[in-house]
Formats: sequence, structure tokens, C-alpha cells
Amino acid sequence: MKKQIDPFLWLTVFCGFVVVAFVLLPLIQMIAEPSFQDLKETIQDPDVRHSIWLSVYTSGLAAFISFTIGTPFAYLLARKDFPGKGFVESIIDLPIMIPHPIVGIAILSLAGRNHWLGNLMQQVGIHIMGTVTGIVTVLTFVGLPFYVNTVKAGFEAIPVRLEHVSRSLGASLTRTFLRVTFPLARRSILIGLIMCCARAISEFGAVVIVAYHPMVAPVMIYERFTAYGLKYSQPVAVWLILVCLVLFLLLRIFSLPKKNQT
Amino acid sequence: MIEIEALRIELAGFTLEDMELSIQDGEFFTLLGPTGAGKTLVLEAIAGMVPLTSGRIRVKGRDITDLPPEQRGIGIVYQDYALFPHLSVLENITFGLHYHSADLQASKNWVKNLMDRLGLQLLAHRSIHYLSGGEKQRVALARALAVNPSVLLLDEPLSALDPNFREGIRDVLKELHQGVRITFLMVTHDFAEALFLSERTAILNHGRIEQIGPVSEVFQRPATPFVAEFVGMKNVFPGTFKETIAVVDGLELELPSPPARDKRYVAIRSEDIVVSKEKLSGNGLNVFQGRVLEVIDRGLYYEVSVRTGKIIFKAMLTKSALFEIKLPEGKDVDIAIPSSAIHVF
Repeated sequence: MKKQIDPFLWLTVFCGFVVVAFVLLPLIQMIAEPSFQDLKETIQDPDVRHSIWLSVYTSGLAAFISFTIGTPFAYLLARKDFPGKGFVESIIDLPIMIPHPIVGIAILSLAGRNHWLGNLMQQVGIHIMGTVTGIVTVLTFVGLPFYVNTVKAGFEAIPVRLEHVSRSLGASLTRTFLRVTFPLARRSILIGLIMCCARAISEFGAVVIVAYHPMVAPVMIYERFTAYGLKYSQPVAVWLILVCLVLFLLLRIFSLPKKNQT
Repeated sequence: MIEIEALRIELAGFTLEDMELSIQDGEFFTLLGPTGAGKTLVLEAIAGMVPLTSGRIRVKGRDITDLPPEQRGIGIVYQDYALFPHLSVLENITFGLHYHSADLQASKNWVKNLMDRLGLQLLAHRSIHYLSGGEKQRVALARALAVNPSVLLLDEPLSALDPNFREGIRDVLKELHQGVRITFLMVTHDFAEALFLSERTAILNHGRIEQIGPVSEVFQRPATPFVAEFVGMKNVFPGTFKETIAVVDGLELELPSPPARDKRYVAIRSEDIVVSKEKLSGNGLNVFQGRVLEVIDRGLYYEVSVRTGKIIFKAMLTKSALFEIKLPEGKDVDIAIPSSAIHVF
């Protein structure tokens, strides 16, 4: 007798195809459409190169800031229980849910002259509107939750007993973190950095409000689209995608040299 | 010497109640109890991993209650070994030396000595991922002892091991303790381990100590129904006493001597009850007629339940004995309990 296949299994497979096609088709179309000549001309344009570079390094900076302040904080969330922890955790998730232009407007309203903080910042020479500082601020804001959540899950997966043993052997909390927890969480930290970077580099809505100039790649793609149409925006998009892919690949290759350490 | 005074830990759904415990220098002490009794909590409190609600802990006269774990000088070995997965065997063992290196050469000699004792020299540069359970536990022991702690805490160190490794590590523990003369405090739920390894024991149940004493004394003279059952006395009954007679649910048992006035229970080991199809009689024997209710295969022996009046006695029979006397369920039998085997408390 022929083996019966449950119709639900067919449905799951069918949906799988739909999802994959839905994601891949537009991307493939966009990558395939510009001619080699278009791509070459685009990358020779200093404005384009500058935009892509700006996108890459502001996102990198956002990831670095997230790493610096997000790592200890993620450790706190993973290891300690305190009153209001659930509330703090939902605050971390807020930037994921708030519409992006609102993020930009919110940051600007704090950094403006009408606010004491904005006033103070301007007095010491920190400007948000239309600056690289502004871009990095916005990108950190939207990328940080992805970093903190990923790394927190990574810390939680490390048995707390390893830290107990380390402490019992004479290592302080700091030394234990540096010698045991951090090396074991390396993989999650790396994935957190990639998630944060990816989220930051794709940000448009918040950046466009805080800094139209200097122009990050997504803003430039939008500008070329509105001013000149699809044909002129596509090659920039392709270059941005390629640069991101190469960077993430390099990061993975250099950060995960040994496979046997899990 | 470890002195625990009025130790109390309140957690959601569990309380360790005002525990008093004193462990001698160089002693091998076991903390026995079923899962959920709070044994590991006591260890972690001594090591400084859980906050105390109240109470003091002193080690060698020094009050360590408020010290962070790294300043207590107390080693810990966990059931699941808790080896650092990113470090080699040797790196695991020498992990703590950074913080205790007053005399580096002496430390190195000590580590070498430990690794020789534990048979770890050939494994020094291996990754811990390729070690057997027994090897991992030996690495964990070496790592804890490398920094010369004043106390070594062992949290069910044999439970996760295959039976064939378990005996090996048990012997290692005994030898190590005799060799290094460090105070060992081990937590286990296995009375046999405690009997083999330790001098004294405390039985913990629901966050409260039921009995403390030399292991053999706890084994022979349990003080509460819980301890009696824990040390394998399967027949524990409340009773009333009249001179040398104990009355249990209407059944009269002859005791070798009149018990003290505060006794309330009778306990009998199942291996001390004789079951026979023939009529039994004899001096100092309590003989009753009963009916076999159930015969359960316990692997190496059979457990036979016999109802006498309102009481169900549990007796132990070897497989060959049972095979010889052929006891089907529902059969009428005689049971005999030597009065010397009746324990009252």
C-alpha cells in the first residue's frame, strides 16, 4: 500500500515555498537588474562610496557602543532577579516596536535647544541634528535591543555553576566574568553584534529625520529613487548588500576559528 | 572545623529551618536526604552562593558569613562536574592558582602530586569534551583541591556516574580524604555512600535536620520514622509500650528490654523478618500467622508483603530462598521477628 501523506504536511511545504520565494524573488530581481556597467559607474561615484562607508562605520560604531554598555547590562538581566525586572525588559524591547520616524523625532526633541539636556549637549559641542553623532545615536537606539536580547539569552545558556566554581577557586565576580562567562558567551556576543549591525545598517526612517545629510546609504537610495527612479537607486542598493555580506562573512570567519568549542 | 549556627534560608516555596551543625577538622561528613530536602542549598550557603535569611557560618573559627565566595577558601565539586568547557584539563585544574600563588613552585608540585594521585597526568592537555564521566569527576576534584581549600564541598559527586565508574570514584574520594586531610562535606541521597565514606552524617528532610550522629549509629538507631525509612527500615509503626511489650495495632511484640518512656515507634528491618510455610517457634521470637499479599521483584532479592491482623509487614527474601519455599500470593505463612531485631524510638 502506498504511504499516505497527511495534507497538513503538504500545506507546510507549500507555505515554505511561498515564504522563501516571497523573500528571494524581489532581492534576486533587484540584484540581477542593474548591468555590470551600471554597477561599475555607481561605485566610481565618490558620493556613493562615501555613503556606503558612512553606513558601515556608523553601524559598526552603534554595534561597538551596544557591546560596551549592552554586555554588562545583558549579564545583569541574565543572572540577577530584581523588582521590576520584567518592566525593564519590556523597556529594552520598546525601540523594536516604536515606528522608526517616531524614534528620530523623539531623539531630536530631547537633543533640541528647548530641552535642558539638549542645551547642555550643545554647550559641550555635541550636535545631533545632521551629524554623524546623530546618526550613531539613532542607530544605537534601534540596534541595542537586538544586541541585549541575544547576549542575554547567551549568558542564560551558560550554567551558573561554572561561575560558582570559578568564584570558589578564588576568582572575583569580575575575573569570573572575564575568564569564564565572556569566553563562553563569545558566540552569542558575535551573533548579537551581527544582529545589531544588520538592524542599524538597514535603518532609514529614524535616520532620515535626524540626519538627511551626511547621507547614509539607505537615505541615498531613497533620494535617488525619488529624484531619478528605480534604475538609479538599484545599483547603490546592490553595492550596499554586497558590502554587508562580505563584512558579516569576514566577521564570522575571523571570530569563530575553532569549531569544536561549543 | 565548620560551625553552622541557626542557619535559615527562605526561598519561594522552600525554607531551610534554623540549622545547627558542627563538623570537625579533617572529618568526612555527609549530609543525607531525599531530593528536595535542601542539601545542595546548605552547600551553596557555605560556599557563599545563596544569601542567608539569618544565621552565621564559621570555618576554622573565622566568621565567613559575609565574605564573598572567592574569599572563603572553600572548594566545591558538583554532580555534573561543572568543568570549564573552553579550557583543557590542565587549564581547568590550574584555574585557581592565579589567586593562591604565594609560592608558585609549591603550588605546581602540589598540582603534580594531585594529578598523579588521580591518574590525570596523561590527560593534561586533552580537551575536557573527550573525557569519560569518571575522568571528568577526577578533574573536578583536582581543580577544587589544587588551591588547597580548608573545606571541600561535594554535591552528589557520584550520582551522575555510570555504576562502573561510581565505585572507582568512591574509592578515590576515600583515599583522597585520607591523603589530604581536608574537611570533606558531601551531600548525597544514597545511604550506602554515606556508610562507606563518612564518619558522621546528618539526615535532612524538608529543610530540617532529623538526626545527626555517627553513620553506623544512625543506621542502627534511627531517631524518627523518616530516618528509619531512609536507612532502609521498611517496617515502621507507631506503638504503645507496656514493660517489655510493644502493642502495634492490636498486635503484641515482645521486646528484649523495657524501652524508655518517651518511645513512640517500632521499626524492623525487612531482612530481619523470617517468612516460612512451616510452623515457626523459638525463644525470643515473635511469631505470627499471616497471608502473603504481594511478592515484588527488587532485582537482587524479593520483597514479600505479609498481612498479619491490620499490619502489613515487609520481608526480604533472596531469590533462591523464595524459589525453594515457593510463596504464591494469597498463601498463609508464619512470620517470625526476633525481639532483638525490634528497634524502638
